[in-house]
Amino acid sequence: MIGGRWSPGIVLTTVAMVGIALGVPQVVDQFGLLQLTVFAAMCILALSLGFVWGYGGILCFGQSAFFGLGGYTYAVTAINVGESTLATILAVVVPAVFAALLGYFMFYGRLSDVYLGVITLSVTLIFFNLMNSTAGDAYRVGKARLNGFNGMPSLPTLNVPGDPGRLLDPAETFYLVMAFLVIVYVGLHGLLASHFGRVVVAIRENETRCELLGYDVRLHKLLVFTIGGGIAGLAGCLFANWGAFVSPNVFSLTMTSQIIIWVIVGGLGTLLGPIIGCLIMQYLATTLGTQQLANTNLIFGIIFLAFVLLVPRGIVPSLRRLGARAVGPARVRDLA
Amino acid sequence: MSGAVLQTVGLSIRFGGVEAVRGVDFTLAERELRCLIGPNGAGKSTLFKLLTGQLKPTAGRILFRGHDITGHHTHAIARRGIGIKTQVPSLFDGLTVREHLWLSARRTNPAGRTRAIADEILERIGLTALADGAVGQLSHGLRQWVELGTVLAGNPELILLDEPAAGMTHDEVARTAELVREINRTHALIVVEHDMQFVKMIARTVTVMHQGAVLVEDTMDQIMKNATVRDVYLGKHGGS
Repeated sequence: MIGGRWSPGIVLTTVAMVGIALGVPQVVDQFGLLQLTVFAAMCILALSLGFVWGYGGILCFGQSAFFGLGGYTYAVTAINVGESTLATILAVVVPAVFAALLGYFMFYGRLSDVYLGVITLSVTLIFFNLMNSTAGDAYRVGKARLNGFNGMPSLPTLNVPGDPGRLLDPAETFYLVMAFLVIVYVGLHGLLASHFGRVVVAIRENETRCELLGYDVRLHKLLVFTIGGGIAGLAGCLFANWGAFVSPNVFSLTMTSQIIIWVIVGGLGTLLGPIIGCLIMQYLATTLGTQQLANTNLIFGIIFLAFVLLVPRGIVPSLRRLGARAVGPARVRDLA
Repeated sequence: MSGAVLQTVGLSIRFGGVEAVRGVDFTLAERELRCLIGPNGAGKSTLFKLLTGQLKPTAGRILFRGHDITGHHTHAIARRGIGIKTQVPSLFDGLTVREHLWLSARRTNPAGRTRAIADEILERIGLTALADGAVGQLSHGLRQWVELGTVLAGNPELILLDEPAAGMTHDEVARTAELVREINRTHALIVVEHDMQFVKMIARTVTVMHQGAVLVEDTMDQIMKNATVRDVYLGKHGGS
C-alpha cells in the first residue's frame, strides 16, 4: 500500500481468507479444524506485532505479555461471570489499557529502542514468574483459582452472546476466529491508509521530521502500541478458548520469541507476511512435534538464523521484489 | 516589540564548557528575509535547533508572535507555525515525494485540499515528474527541494532554511534564490547560508554570528565592507 491506497493484493488476500473461512469446514475433519482455529488465532497475534514493529517501528519483545494478559483476563472473567461476551471484551480492553500505561512511561519517558526491547521482555518474564507463583488456594480472583504453573483448566468457552447455555461448536468457533482475523487484517490496512496510519509510517522513517512537521510522535507511538496490545489480547482470548485452558506458558520466553520469528520469516513491514510466517512456522511446529529425530526448537533456531542471514526481508517482501523485477522493465518502457 | 514575528532575549545554550550560543538578542519583523552567516561553529545551526525546540536553552527566552515558546516541544512549536529545512535534509527515505507534501499539508487541511496543495507544490519545486518515486534515491540537490517543498506544504508563518543551496549547481542555486524571494512575499524567513553568491542574490539585512554571539547586523553592502566580518571569515584576529 502506497500513499493510502488499497492495493489489489489486499483485496485478494481478504477474499482468500474469507474463502478459506467458508470452505475449510466443509472439507476438513474435526481435528484439522481445531488445528486451523489455533493457527488463525496465532495469526491475529502475529498481526499485532507485525503492526507494532513493522509499521510503528517499535520492537516489542513482550507482545506475549498482552497475549497472556488477554488469555488470563478471559479465563478469570468467564469463570466469574459464567458468560463469555464480557470476558471477550475485557480480554481486549485490559491488555490495551495495560499497553497504554506501559507505553506511556516508555514513549513519554523518551526511552530509546534498545531499552524498549529490554523493558517489554522483562515485563513478559515478570508476568511469567508472577503467574507461576500463584499456586494454592490463596491465589484466586473471585471464583477463579489461578493455579500457578498448572494453569487454569476447563474454562467456559465462547457462547452465543447472552445465552451462556448455547456454546459455540468447533465449526462456529472457527468461523468466529476467521472473522476476527479478517476484521483485524482489513481494519489494520484501513488504519494504515488513514491520516493516522500514514503519520505512523512516516514516524518509522524519520521521527525528527515528523516532529518538525508538527506531529506528536509520542502520542502516535503510544496509540500504535495500545492498539497492538488490544489485538494481542484478542488473540490470547481466542487461544485460551481453543484449549479451554490458559497457563503461564503464554508469557514464556519461547512464546514471545516465536512471535518475533513469525514476523521475521514472513516479512517486516507487511501485514500478509506475519500471517504467512505464522502459518508456516505453526505448521512446522505441529509436524516436527510428531517426530523424534531432531529437537523442534533447534530446527526453529536454524530456520531463524537462515532467514536473518539469507532472506533478511522475509518471504513476502522478497517475493514482491522478485515480482516487481519481473514486471519492472515493462513499466519503465510504458513510462518512456 | 510589536510587529515582530520572532524575538529572542539573551538566548544561550551551554554544552559542558562550551557556550555554543551566547546571549543572542534577535528580532525578526513581519515578512522579513534575514540571512544569517558566520564561519563554521558560529552557532547558526544550534540557534535553529533552539528555535525549533530540538534543543532546550540554558538561559534566555524565545518569543514567537509574542508567545513564549521557550522549552516547548518540537511538535508544539511546529504547530504554532515555525517550519524548518534542516542542514542535512531530514526526509522519509522510504516514502515518495508526494507523500512528504501530503503529510505536511494534511495536518491542517482536509483531504481534498491536501491533494491540491501537493500538486501545486510539486509544480512549484519542479518535481512533478518524480512525484511518485522514493525520496531515498534522489540527489542531494533534489532532496533539498523536496524538503523545501515539504516545509512549504505546511504553510508555516516563519520558515527557517539551513543551507538551502548546498550541493546545488549554479543554475539550481539561482532557481532556489528565486524561490526564496517568492516565498518571502508572503512569509518571514531566516536563511543560513555559506554560499555568498546566493546570499547576495537574496539578502537585505544580514546577521553575522561568531563564536555563538551576534557580531554585527547590517545591510548586505555594509557587511561586505565590514573589516571585522572579513577578519572573522578569513580567520585573522583583530590588530594583526
